[in-house]
Amino acid sequence: MVPEDLNSPGYDIPPEARGQVAITTLDRIYNWGRSASVWPMMFGLACCAIEMICTAASRFDLARFGMEIMRPSPRQSDLMIVSGTVTKKMIPIIVRLYNQMPEPKYVLAMGACACGGGPFKEGYNVVSGVDKFIPVDVYVPGCPPTPQALLNGLMKIQEKIRGESIKTARWYQKGPDAAEIPIPILGPDLIDPRKMELLKSAVKGPEA
Amino acid sequence: MVASSPVSTQTVDLAARFPGIATPDTRPGYSGWIIPKEHLLEVARTLRDELGYDYLSHVTGVDYLPEGKMEVVYQVYKTTGGPGINFKVQVERRDPIEVPSIVSIYPGAEFQEREAWDLLGIRFTGHPDLRRILMWEGFEGHPLRKDWKEAYYEEEIKPYKSRWPEGRHVYAESKSPFADNVAYPAGFDPEKWVPTDPEQALYGALARYQVRDETGLETDHVIVNIGPQHPSTHGVFRAAVMLDGETIVSLKPVMGYLHRNHEKIGERNTYLMNMPYTDRLDYLSSMSNNFAYALTVEKLMNIKPPERAEYLRVMMAEFTRIANHLMAIGALTNDLGAYFTPMLYALEERELILDVFEAVSGSRMMCNYFRFGGVVRDLPEGTLEKIKDLAFERLPRKIDELDRFLSENEIVRSRGIGQGVLTAEDAIRYSATGPLLRASGVPYDIRRAEPYSIYDQFEFDVCVRQNGDIYDRLMIRFDEIRQSIRIIQQAVRRLPEGPIMAVKPAYTVRVPPGEAYARVEGPKGELGFYIISNGKPAPWRYHVRAPSFINLTAFGPMCTGQKVADMVAILGSIDIVLGEVDR
Amino acid sequence: MTQEMYGKGILKGLSVSLKRFVETYLDDLKWLGKRYGTPEGIAHRASKEARGIFTVQYPEEKIPVPEEFRFIPFLVYDEGPDGEKIMRCTSCGICSRVCPPQCIWIVRTTDPATGRPIPDPAEFYIDADICMNCGLCAEYCPFDAIKMDHDYELASFGRNLFNKERLAKPASYYEQIRPRNAARENAARAAKQASRAAARANAG
Repeated sequence: MVPEDLNSPGYDIPPEARGQVAITTLDRIYNWGRSASVWPMMFGLACCAIEMICTAASRFDLARFGMEIMRPSPRQSDLMIVSGTVTKKMIPIIVRLYNQMPEPKYVLAMGACACGGGPFKEGYNVVSGVDKFIPVDVYVPGCPPTPQALLNGLMKIQEKIRGESIKTARWYQKGPDAAEIPIPILGPDLIDPRKMELLKSAVKGPEA
Repeated sequence: MVASSPVSTQTVDLAARFPGIATPDTRPGYSGWIIPKEHLLEVARTLRDELGYDYLSHVTGVDYLPEGKMEVVYQVYKTTGGPGINFKVQVERRDPIEVPSIVSIYPGAEFQEREAWDLLGIRFTGHPDLRRILMWEGFEGHPLRKDWKEAYYEEEIKPYKSRWPEGRHVYAESKSPFADNVAYPAGFDPEKWVPTDPEQALYGALARYQVRDETGLETDHVIVNIGPQHPSTHGVFRAAVMLDGETIVSLKPVMGYLHRNHEKIGERNTYLMNMPYTDRLDYLSSMSNNFAYALTVEKLMNIKPPERAEYLRVMMAEFTRIANHLMAIGALTNDLGAYFTPMLYALEERELILDVFEAVSGSRMMCNYFRFGGVVRDLPEGTLEKIKDLAFERLPRKIDELDRFLSENEIVRSRGIGQGVLTAEDAIRYSATGPLLRASGVPYDIRRAEPYSIYDQFEFDVCVRQNGDIYDRLMIRFDEIRQSIRIIQQAVRRLPEGPIMAVKPAYTVRVPPGEAYARVEGPKGELGFYIISNGKPAPWRYHVRAPSFINLTAFGPMCTGQKVADMVAILGSIDIVLGEVDR
Repeated sequence: MTQEMYGKGILKGLSVSLKRFVETYLDDLKWLGKRYGTPEGIAHRASKEARGIFTVQYPEEKIPVPEEFRFIPFLVYDEGPDGEKIMRCTSCGICSRVCPPQCIWIVRTTDPATGRPIPDPAEFYIDADICMNCGLCAEYCPFDAIKMDHDYELASFGRNLFNKERLAKPASYYEQIRPRNAARENAARAAKQASRAAARANAG
């Protein structure tokens, strides 16, 4: 499915060179290389992790997509599959791992719990979806999503990667790196440093 | 292998043994004895030493806010089998709430008492290390108390009125001023608040060793944190380890990274709504969790499912055991270093079993198949043939192949035999159950000790191995798979026709007031539910006796003296699943 | 603990792997090229004789889901004579009351003239980011109006909140994905209508 897209010249290739020359754009070949070898981070939190393991096992092979290298180290991975419930005790670690991933990085929220809190949303130790703290690229709902549903989500990530352009890539822009997210603090309840102002005004009340 | 033998069914009259001290619990629907807290240790010691109740199943706390009391419930059993005794200590619900700790008598209560402190605020005097276990140090409040409301609190019991008939959708976050599930105590000032280091208490609790050895060489303590982000497949689990070179001096597990407030949500849900939530406890063996919960509520309601439903339940429970053990074998060999090959072979068979679950219940993992009084639906067409194919032809052949693949492998043997030994006395003292207990030589299987459902009509052996090392824990899982196949074969041959529900299916179940504790032999150990009902549609107290959580009490002592690399293998051989440990 | 390490156990294990490796080629040859992409090939890989390559290559080959499979629910509508959608849902609210994580929001329609409720939902939301796919809503609906879907390809770039239009699917789709359930329910509904008509004929 990919090679035909890759070779799509807007130029005339003379007939004698037609089997030997391919013309493509820098964007396409850059994105083709990246999308065909996304390395997920082995980051299983809960039940969805078991479905992720089944996706990597022999029946629904991830290696066909180039994704069988599941690195436990964030420095060597491209895609963080947040599979399972995100709890307040775990979120500082998730944010720290996200900060440690080098660009280009993507996040896939697998399962209802990572998308939006899931069935445990009302719990006192549960964060309502991982997109409260880190930017999510693809959401895969389900509880748990079957391996075929997860593969569908991974194909959507590949589709997204193929649609990107080098000119607008976040990691090639000049200026300060905006992707560093401040790590939440575990106080009497979870404290998000980006919401400090809101916290001060809400707690101090209208008289402050 | 141990053949079956009759078990005794006597219980003990504690009021006769301790006149004037133990009073029977006469609340309607309750059973057991009430002991005043001054005599708790004496009664516990007598129970363990003289009367033979050497195995403490669970310790939990209950908040009786309307009566102004806090109660701690204990349940003990004999390892020779038979029903158990439960006794309670009641104290006044006024801070500080103090109860003597029984860790000196039953060391397996260590983590459970910490959990009661964390979630209910009951302080256990004499506990060696009373810190929070599921929430973090510095968290405000004790969440499981009845007067502690969570940030998204709407009503006491579901269903909420905001969903129908005027159910305009609104995200729960938009109702909170912080756009998230957080709430701060009154008077909290983020500028003046000084964060305390939560790790100091943890590292302080690790045992130290001699800083200066005999030759006068000064050494240093090295603390290594293993997890929570770790390539081992057991989930978000952290172990703080004190090392002397490569040898572990002491180990403290840290949990709570997947604490999903199952018990608090369980008190808001109605009884039927809790059934899909129990799937998510031990998410590898969901039918087994459903089974335990259904048994507990049926004990409260005093109903029994029809025969066909019982056979279907047993078949599904044993398939679940096989699927779980396949995953456990795969994960353990993964931890030993065989990167993924035995796991792929084991997962292939597990996929075929999951196909059966998907055809019968609708989902591969979160089955939600059991109901109070039976099961949800009968086997669809073609499923019985699939089950017969698996049980009679495919699984026995493939298990033998996997056994041939692994059991004589020199690497598995040299890394497994003699490593991570848990003796039988230690296993009983630390309240270990399941394959962990039986691999150490104690033949305690609840399907034989206190049979539930129709297990007394099946012929199977209780698998036991004598050494208690990693290799035995791997091989006992093969033994158990073979026994499960035997049970399924008998069940398939004798499956009767008939109805599958004893009562008409309804979404509001009437549960009379009382308490009940029912347990099953889950694949990981004794899985029990302790439910207190007060006649309302939702339980008053809903507690899960999680085998993985309590088996971890033995983890620290098992690892002292071993190398760091063996710690991962020992954790794999205990076979924990974080959904259960943290609930 | 010393043992003789002759390597016999490792060789035994390797022989198992070698057998499986050779079987992958032999099985491919046996099927003569029709193993992949055909329904018989997919069914063979899920049966008791599965040997060789076990992979089912999504997205070119999809394992057919069984009839009882549950994913996100959907609302059933019958098609009227002019092609209009008659929703079976009467907004009785039982599904939202039985839903364990309370992810169903229903607004019941009220007749503006009389102020009495009309059996038709004005708004119906299911938050798929909360839904736990338990199937209790479909199990207890008295009007066969909400059923569990088989469609699992729901990956998206944003949050998943499904409204009434997104959830409504025709009864013909329902009969296609769950033929046996649909046949049984249609027969039960026909029988009830026949008995009610007979009772009315007797009374009138």
